[in-house]
Formats: sequence, C-alpha cells, structure tokens
Amino acid sequence: MTDLIRRLASSSLTARVAFGIAFLLISGGVIVSIAAFAYGREAARSAYDRLLLGAATGIASSITVQDGRPVIELPVSAFELLALAPDDRIGYRIIGVEGETLTGYDEITLPTGRRDIRGGFFDGAFFGEQARFAVVSRRFAERTLNGTVKVVVGQTLRARNEMAYDITRKALYVLAASGLAMVLLSVVVVRSVLQPLERIAGGLTARDPHDLTPLDTSVPRETAVMINALNGFMARLDRQMNSMRHLISDTAHQLRTPVAALRAQAELFTDEPELARKEKIVERIQARTASLGRLLDQLLSQALVIHRGDSARRERVDLRDIALDVFEEGDHAVLNPEFDVILDIGEDPVEVLADAQSLKEALKNLLNNALRYGRSPVRIGASLEGERASIWVEDAGGGPVDGVLAELGSRFNKGARSRQSSSGLGLAIAHSVAHSFDGELLLEKTTSNSFRAALVFAALPEGRT
Amino acid sequence: MKLVPVLKCLAALAVLFTTGRAVSAQELVEVFGPQTPNRVLVLRSTTDIAIFGPVVESFLRTRPGLQVRYEQWGSNELYRLTRRECRDGVAGADIVISSGVHQMVQLVNEACAASYRSRLTEQLPEALRWRDELWGITREPAVIVYNRQLVPVEDIPQTRFDLLDLLRPSGTPYAGRVATYDIEQSGLGYLFAFADAQEATTFGALQESFGRSQAISTCCSVDIIRGVAEGRYLIAYNVLGSYAQGYQLNDDRIGIVLPSDYTLVLSRTFMIPKQAQNQAEAAAFLDYLLSSEGTLALRTALLISPLLETEEGNEGEALSSTALRPIGLSPALMVALDALTRETFLRRWRSTFPGP
Repeated sequence: MTDLIRRLASSSLTARVAFGIAFLLISGGVIVSIAAFAYGREAARSAYDRLLLGAATGIASSITVQDGRPVIELPVSAFELLALAPDDRIGYRIIGVEGETLTGYDEITLPTGRRDIRGGFFDGAFFGEQARFAVVSRRFAERTLNGTVKVVVGQTLRARNEMAYDITRKALYVLAASGLAMVLLSVVVVRSVLQPLERIAGGLTARDPHDLTPLDTSVPRETAVMINALNGFMARLDRQMNSMRHLISDTAHQLRTPVAALRAQAELFTDEPELARKEKIVERIQARTASLGRLLDQLLSQALVIHRGDSARRERVDLRDIALDVFEEGDHAVLNPEFDVILDIGEDPVEVLADAQSLKEALKNLLNNALRYGRSPVRIGASLEGERASIWVEDAGGGPVDGVLAELGSRFNKGARSRQSSSGLGLAIAHSVAHSFDGELLLEKTTSNSFRAALVFAALPEGRT
Repeated sequence: MKLVPVLKCLAALAVLFTTGRAVSAQELVEVFGPQTPNRVLVLRSTTDIAIFGPVVESFLRTRPGLQVRYEQWGSNELYRLTRRECRDGVAGADIVISSGVHQMVQLVNEACAASYRSRLTEQLPEALRWRDELWGITREPAVIVYNRQLVPVEDIPQTRFDLLDLLRPSGTPYAGRVATYDIEQSGLGYLFAFADAQEATTFGALQESFGRSQAISTCCSVDIIRGVAEGRYLIAYNVLGSYAQGYQLNDDRIGIVLPSDYTLVLSRTFMIPKQAQNQAEAAAFLDYLLSSEGTLALRTALLISPLLETEEGNEGEALSSTALRPIGLSPALMVALDALTRETFLRRWRSTFPGP
C-alpha cells in the first residue's frame, strides 16, 4: 500500500489525473447504471400499469345489466390498448357478485390479503410467466343486481422489461459519451496546466549563467508561488555575489597602498647606508606591518559578516554576553596597554534576535576604533532602553570633528561602503551587521568629552522564545 | 419413396368440388413421404388435404427420409383438441395450421406454443407474427361471389353499400338468394363476421338487411360456392377467396369481387405446440413455407392469393392496397373467443337469422 502511494507520488501528473478520472468513471458508471435501471423499471412499471388500468376500466364500463344478469361485450379497444405491449400475453377474469367467474381465466386468483393489492395492482403469474394485474371494481345497485363486479386484467412483463433495459441502455450511452468528453477535457486541461511549467523550464535552460534577474511572474497564480520563491532565491544569490565582488575590490584597494608603502620602505632600507636611519626605517616598517595586520583582520571580519548576514540563522542572543566575550578576549590589553578598558553591564539580560559571531566582530571593530582614535578610559557595555537594546563602545575623547561625523553618518545611511580608511572599514562592518539584523549604527557625542558608537536593535520581549 | 397421392392441386380441387366431399369436422388422414421413415412429422390443419398436400410434397422433396402425417380437422375441433393436449401435457401434433386465427391466438396466449426465431420469421411483417410463437403463412381475401348468368353486370356489387342497395327494395329479386356463412357452425365465418363488426358500422346494416331479405346462412365454403354456381344463390358474401378462385378455374359460372370499400385478408396461422416431439423438423417446415420456394408452392395452391396481386384477370380485382385489411395476429383477437362476448354476438346474429 505504502509502496503504491510512493509510486503514485512520483508518477506523472497525467497518470494521476487519468487514475482519478478512471476511478470517477467506473464508480460513477456503476452508480448511474444501477440508478438508471431502477428508474427504468419504475418508469416502465408506471407506464404499463396505466395501460392495464385503462383496459380494466374500459372493460368494467362496458358491463351492462340485462334481466338481472351482467352482460359483457368485451371492448376490442381495451385489448388493443393492451396490445400496445405487442408480445405480452393477456389474462383477464371478470368476477361476478357472488365471486363466480363470469368470463375469462379461472386460473387468475386474487391475492387473499387486502394489503397484497396495492393501489389496485398486484403481481402474480400467468401460465408460468411472471405477470402484473390490475383490479377494477364496479358497483351495481340495480333492482335486480346489487353488488360489486370485479374486473381483473393482467399482462406478462416482456414489454416492461424491454423498456427498462432500453432506458438503462440509453442512460449508459449518455454516460459513455460524457465519460469520453471528460477524458478529452482532462487531457486538454492537463496539457494547458503543464504548459507554463514547460515554458519556465525552457526559459531557465536558455538563460545566461550570470543572469540572476527575476523571472517573468505573469504566470498562473498557482505556479507564481514557485516563481516567487525562485526569484527570492536568485535575489539572495545576487546579493551575495555583489557583496563578494565589492569585498574583493575593497580588499584589493585597501591592500595596495600599505603594500606599496612597505615596498618603498624596504627599498629605502636597502639604499640607506647610515645605520641610525636604517633603524628608523625598520621601525616604520614594523608600524606599517602592524597596521597591515589590523587591516587584514578587519577585511576578514567584514568578509565574515557579509557571509553570515544573509545566511546565518537568527537566534536569541544576550548582548551582555557579547560585550563580556570581547572584553575577556583581552586583545586590547596586549595591543594598547596604555588604555583603560572598563566593562559596563547590568544584571538584566539584553536579548535580541541576531547572530552572535557577527555582533562580536562588529563590537571588536568599534572597540579597535575607540582604542585607535579615542582617549582612555574606554567603556564597553550593553543596555536596554525601553524596547531598544543596544551594545556600545564609549571613549572619553571628543570623537571625530563634526563635519566628519556628519559625513560618516550620511554615507552609511545611503548604504555606501567606506573605502577611505581603516576606521571607515570598521564602521562599515558595524553598519553591515546592524543592517543585517534590522538595527542601526548610532554615532553620537553623549557629553562634551565622551563619544559613543552603538548598535541598536529591537529588544526581544522578556520570556518570549 | 412413394408419394401419396400424386395429384396436381387443381385436379384435386376439381375432384373435391365435383364429388362434393365437404370440409367437415371429422378427421381425414393422409400420409406423405416414405413408408419406412426415420422421422415423422405430425401436421394438423384445417386446410383441405387436396389443397395443402402439394405444398407438403414439395417440402418433402428437400427432406428425404421424413414422413408427414397430415390430419385434417375442423377449426373448432382442432382448437379443442390442441387446448386439451396443451393442458394435459400430452404430445400431439408437431405442427398446427388453422384458419381459426383467434383460436390460435388464444392457444399462444395460454402458453401452448413453442418459440422459434430465424431470419425468415423475422422478415415477416409485425401483423403476421406474434411472440415468435405464431406465424401467418397465407394471404386469402374474403370475397363476394356472384352467379355470372343470373346477376346482370350493373347489379354486380363492388362494395358492401352496393349489396345493401341491392337488398333494399321490397320486391328485390335477391330476397332469399344471398348466402353467407353460418357463424355458429363455422369458426372462420364467425371470425370474418367479428372482424367485419370491428371494421365498419356497415356490418350492422348489412346484418339487418340480410335478415329482412331472408338471406341464407349455411355451412361451408364449398356448399355456398356450388350453390352460387348452380343458381340456387345469386350472391354469396364473405367467401374465402382461395376456395372461390380454385372453383372458378373449373367452373366459370361464378364471378369474384373483392369489395373495394375494404377487403378482409386472412392469414392461416402456423404454430408449433409446446409438446411437439419433432420441433426441429417443424421449424424447418416453417422456414420452408416462408422461403421463396415455399411461397411459390403456396401461391400455386392459391393460398397466397393471386387476386391480391394482379391487376388483370377477373373484373373487380384491382384494389388499392389501403382497402386490404389483414386480420392481424394480436391479442385483441382474443375478444372474439370470450365466452360472454361470443354469446352476445351470436344472440344478435340469431335474432337476424331465426333459423330454417
């Protein structure tokens, strides 16, 4: 059974429709045949019952009374009426007042039970053949004759059965014709349903491999679901491709200058005869190398963020954990021992839906910026303000001059990526992360001598999972 | 193989009519075919042996080794015998052929017949078969016969109305000289009279007219026809055309008219009784009668009347086919046999012909 279902699931749509139609036709055919036969029998019965009744009434009304005796001259018309069922035998019996047979077949007996004569008709047999009889009573109230004369007229069932079969047969013809029409119609419908799919498949096959533009959505509503999903998928792919392209060009651009500077210093070192100056050059090379290392770190984290932004699962993250992790990694203590870094977190969880790894990278970048450009002490922390959860880095400096700050803000709001400096790159990473999780990057002077860079997200209501 | 009697149909008729051997109720038996047969077919018929014999002989020519025992019966006796055998379940005849069509219909209605179907029976018109158990095999018109010498040409009745007009004047020379069947004695006469009564109201007037002019009702076609030829009667009404024509071939004193208002056409009916011992041969005989050879033999025996087909020959023969009223095989004929109906009908008849 399960095997059958599995096979059915992978079978073609045409086969499924054919199976459905066949099932419908067979079950419908059986039901209609039975119904048609029942109807045909009923129709034939009532039609020929009327003939019987008509004949019996005709005979009954032809009875007259002469000299106290019923006189009967059978009307030929009554028998001609019965002869409308041309091949059926006719039985009749006229029963007098005393229950004696006046004329006709003694063999015909009335059923004894009153209930057996339903509506003036009863079923019986006539010379070994099944027959149906009608009974009509005629009351006489003459001086010489008082009582009821009964006329029984019957007929064998050949014409009735013939008519019933005929009706059934015709109903089956109609059924067969409509079944054929259904089959043809379903073939047409299946064809027309599958046509859009074939068109889509053809369009996809013929497509340029780099073409990720959306497909035409002017397709039937049912297939539009698939097309929309496909378009969404392609858009994501397109975004990732674009990010990669930007990353590569950014990286190339960012690396070219420091590498060129290093090479220039190295050449200077070779050409410099004086030892004291050589040492200075070595110091410069060291500084350059350190800065190149930082730059590479940032580029890698940006690549990580871009990669995770679209693909990482969002999960419940406590921003305090992020701040704590970054603080405890303690890179700052090694690289910038002169700075005082303080962790500032509360007791209540600050939860958002995001990706911990991305947040960590963003926070690290903000911390690095603060350590490079700001003043000690630097505080990092997470806090909840109403429905807004934020994770931030604050230093005691004045931040960039106003113009630069405004410029930075406007640039990020337009979604452009910084190529200018490594600080810009760090902010770009933070901005990307904020953007990926529906948040924003806020850069502001909180007091006259403190500057805060914060990632603000919609807080997750407490207790919700 | 010895064929008994080797007589031509017409010669047989001549012998029959001149010797005055009338159709009667008692049984005549003739055996056709080999004396030591391997199969025997019992055929009971109301038709004279002399007329139907040649048809049987022509059939036997195609069935070597078959013997046919031909029994000739009066229609009422044949009906009673067949009915009794049917009710008692006794095997009697293999074939019953009768001109008492209403009686045969009754027998079939009482489930006394065996059913048979073949290509030939299906080609018969609806009116000439019933239930595939009863078949009409002959076509014989009911005609008016008149004496050629004694009835002036202008008096020859072409329709029943002419006959009425002829009988109407009080001093009519036809008073007491018109003959018809005694329908109490003749099953065929009763059938014709009954069919007449169904067919037109003319019959009531005619019956009354017969009574007033003291028409003669008597038995049997042959007697009536001979009476006309000899001048005892001037006109005979409702005589079976096949007998009249057979007689006319030897004795041209009589003339034949097919009434042009309508002409009843009788088909003798063929039935295979349920208890028949030899149903296969009986069916073969039926197929033979319906085949072209059988039809030809029946035509030669005048049982399929040439009067109904030719345009030339005897005057008054040409008749539009709409005037032909075949007595169809239908259960409606049972009315004719109903005891009370028959009694009522005969009572009216008796009041017209008070008897000799």
